[in-house]
Amino acid sequence: MIKDQDYLKKIADICLSKSKKLGSTDASILVQSSISENINVRNKKLDGSERSENLGVVLTTYLGKKKSSIASSNLKESNLNELVDRCIETMKITPEDEYNSLPDKDLHFSGLKDLDLYDETHLSNEDKINYIKEAEDEAFSNNKIVNTNGSGFGENKSNFLLANSNGFSDGYKTSQFTAYCEVVSKSNGSMERDYEYTSKRFYNDILKPKELGSIAADHAVKKLNPKKIKSEKISLIFDKRISKNFLSIFASAISSSAIAKGTTFLKDKLNQKVFNTEININDRGDIKKANGSRYFDSEGIGIINLDLIKNGILQDYLIDTYNGKKINRKSNGRASGTTNLYFENGSKTFSELIKSEKKLLYIKETIGHGTNIINGDYSVGASGIMIENGEFSYPVSEITIAGNLNNIFQNITLADDLEFNYSTNSPTMHVEGMIVGGK
Amino acid sequence: MTSLLKNSELSIEKADKIVSETLNSCDDGELYVEDTKSETIVLDDNKIKSSNYTSDLGYGFRAVTGDTVAYSHSNEISEKSLKNSSDNLKSTLKNNSGTYNSEIKKTNQKLYKDIDPIESKSMKSKIELLNNMNEYARSKDSSVKQVTASLLAEKKNIEIIRSGGELLSDNRPLVRINMSVMVEKNGRKETGVYGIGGRQDYDEYLKNDNWKKVCDEAFRIANTNIESKPSPAGEMKVVLGPGWPAILIHEAVGHGLEGDFNRKKTSAFHDLVGKKVASKGVTIIDDGTIDNRRGSLNIDDEGTPTERTVLIEDGILKNFMQDRLNARLMNTKSTGNGRRESYKHVVMPRMRNTIMLGGTNTQEEMIKSVDKGIFAVSFGGGQVDITSGKFVFNCTEAYEIINGKVGAPIKGATLIGDGPSSLKEILMVGNDMMLDPGIGTCGKAGQGVPVGVGQPSLLINNMTVGGTQL
Repeated sequence: MIKDQDYLKKIADICLSKSKKLGSTDASILVQSSISENINVRNKKLDGSERSENLGVVLTTYLGKKKSSIASSNLKESNLNELVDRCIETMKITPEDEYNSLPDKDLHFSGLKDLDLYDETHLSNEDKINYIKEAEDEAFSNNKIVNTNGSGFGENKSNFLLANSNGFSDGYKTSQFTAYCEVVSKSNGSMERDYEYTSKRFYNDILKPKELGSIAADHAVKKLNPKKIKSEKISLIFDKRISKNFLSIFASAISSSAIAKGTTFLKDKLNQKVFNTEININDRGDIKKANGSRYFDSEGIGIINLDLIKNGILQDYLIDTYNGKKINRKSNGRASGTTNLYFENGSKTFSELIKSEKKLLYIKETIGHGTNIINGDYSVGASGIMIENGEFSYPVSEITIAGNLNNIFQNITLADDLEFNYSTNSPTMHVEGMIVGGK
Repeated sequence: MTSLLKNSELSIEKADKIVSETLNSCDDGELYVEDTKSETIVLDDNKIKSSNYTSDLGYGFRAVTGDTVAYSHSNEISEKSLKNSSDNLKSTLKNNSGTYNSEIKKTNQKLYKDIDPIESKSMKSKIELLNNMNEYARSKDSSVKQVTASLLAEKKNIEIIRSGGELLSDNRPLVRINMSVMVEKNGRKETGVYGIGGRQDYDEYLKNDNWKKVCDEAFRIANTNIESKPSPAGEMKVVLGPGWPAILIHEAVGHGLEGDFNRKKTSAFHDLVGKKVASKGVTIIDDGTIDNRRGSLNIDDEGTPTERTVLIEDGILKNFMQDRLNARLMNTKSTGNGRRESYKHVVMPRMRNTIMLGGTNTQEEMIKSVDKGIFAVSFGGGQVDITSGKFVFNCTEAYEIINGKVGAPIKGATLIGDGPSSLKEILMVGNDMMLDPGIGTCGKAGQGVPVGVGQPSLLINNMTVGGTQL
């Protein structure tokens, strides 16, 4: 069983009172407990099981503007006492930083916790195995699927308590059910792998096993016998599983830490047109049962909804207490990053989007880490499918796609097929005129 | 030997008993106990931004029968908790029965000292060092607008208890010194990143003002990139510099030679042992036995002593990298490549220090032979798709080559290729083999482990360069 709030509170109290006794002026603490159980299946046979029980504490102590942190998984009182000692000693010799402080008391979360973030459903290992075997069975019913890289089912339950010396003390349980199926297709000497993945807070919301298996198989088969194409300038369609990555890049480019340091291509762009006028981006933490929903951030600050981009114009940054002070802004509850971040739907249907030009390249996978947040340069490896006259024609691989995010953001057109499958979600995306590197 | 369990509620005798009783009907398995202390101090934007100390203690209990692995880990070290884990393992393997293989090689290998790199340098002197690095880097030029410097030290003590009571242990120090410099000139911003490290005390890496060289190098890369022009796109010849660019070898071939992917036949190399997979003159090894290197280990995380494993010899594929499970299922021996990120993770075959040995050509000859191509000196990160063999890299320092001469620096170039075919496209192997500065972390299935790489300069006939210039 995961530990209850009383247990977590007891650990928090030991550390907070000890820190105070040793002379810290302020302190904050996070205590976490989680249990996860995972089952892996390969070629329809049990490959492994994994059970994890995790406990952890993270303590930050302050002496005026001096600060230090410790973390530990060993919650024995003798060990905690030793670590608090160490934290205080280090804190005393760490130089002052004028921006160090606990968060504003007035911004602390207080309110109802009614977002439904915990599903107490527990699946036995047998049930997990059956689910994932059914997914693999379905994938193998496609005769081009010859092997699996492994498929898995995971159930995670966690509980945490966040407290600080300004009187904040709150926490709650969350759950996550995850399943993936990764298969290998083979035909005419070509071997390809692909996957499908589903992850939700409630067991009843995840994909049904048959869907999971058949989507994974379909992806892997469509990649077979790819061609390499000539280097050219061409418009791209990004599949939903890739288009959402542009939102993650956008989020890191407007984090207050990057803004404060000037290490982002979106510095000084507040109230300016960053995307074209059709584009709206929101970050909402209050969607019931959603993966990214939360009541407060890692500092205890209540989450407010943010319209980050309105008609293409940048309205806000993602702000925490420390970096907020550097840029003279109050925290908007984003010390743990974004919540449910998404592009609003565009006005075109998927079919209109893929018919919008005679020749388009549909990108289903990117590999590599080719995003430079500082200057906006973007260059990654990719594979996908060529679209000719609105029809998917042949798979393409071993190419690169490159551009600069300042331009890419201005040239986005979105379809109207947004779904809330992850914490960051995007409709299918069309980007005009990018450079493809090939033969 | 004093056990890591000595201060816990679990006696070593009780642990032995539960381990033996759980594993005697399995093919393999062990109790892995880990005590890790780590410290990270970061200077950012002119301030000591954070000093974090972490103390992590836990166990991972593994039972293996056939090709099924049951794993349970916890950081509550008690008889009750271990019993729960034992029940969990038994329920997974209830339909299987095996014969425990108690054979494991012994070693007195001592590749690094049993030191605690966190305690061997005072907090005051660490903070002073970071401040000096910041000031020195900023004093290099007024174009330096942002500096981030960090110190990371770790002491990981591990203990492996096998069925029958055999106990194996290793104490592993690790440090890393990192520097990142952002330069702004004429409205352009570029960064340069450099780092050093390995399994010794900080002071070994700080001798002769070595920290200044780390700052110099980060600044040099940033300053080079500020003058860079857009990268060309298309197929061309590529000259790779020595040392760190060997992460290309790590991605393009290393992962494809790990035992698990080959046992499962999902690697493009799975049926190529004994066959020619690379140009003549290409020899690639994975060596866990080099003194003080980041990827070196006395024993791997299953207790097997590490070794120098020849993967490809003069172009011919010789061996895969194995842990105990995959070795047993492929009828061979573990090569000491069984590794895990921590007690929270299952063992997999992983690389240690992956190195292409030197040849006879000079870098000068390689560049001279290229009419149009690029010279890649350093990479950011890379990734590979084992099944299709496609890999990708992002250059952090690269130049164009025109008519046999190195030209202007180019920015944001991505290299993409096919592992098995690019090995055959190696035209020249340099005589300047070099190891990387000690900064690599390899990711696989969500687990990161420290690794090393090394290679001489290489000339590759044909790779696709991704850029914005057609």
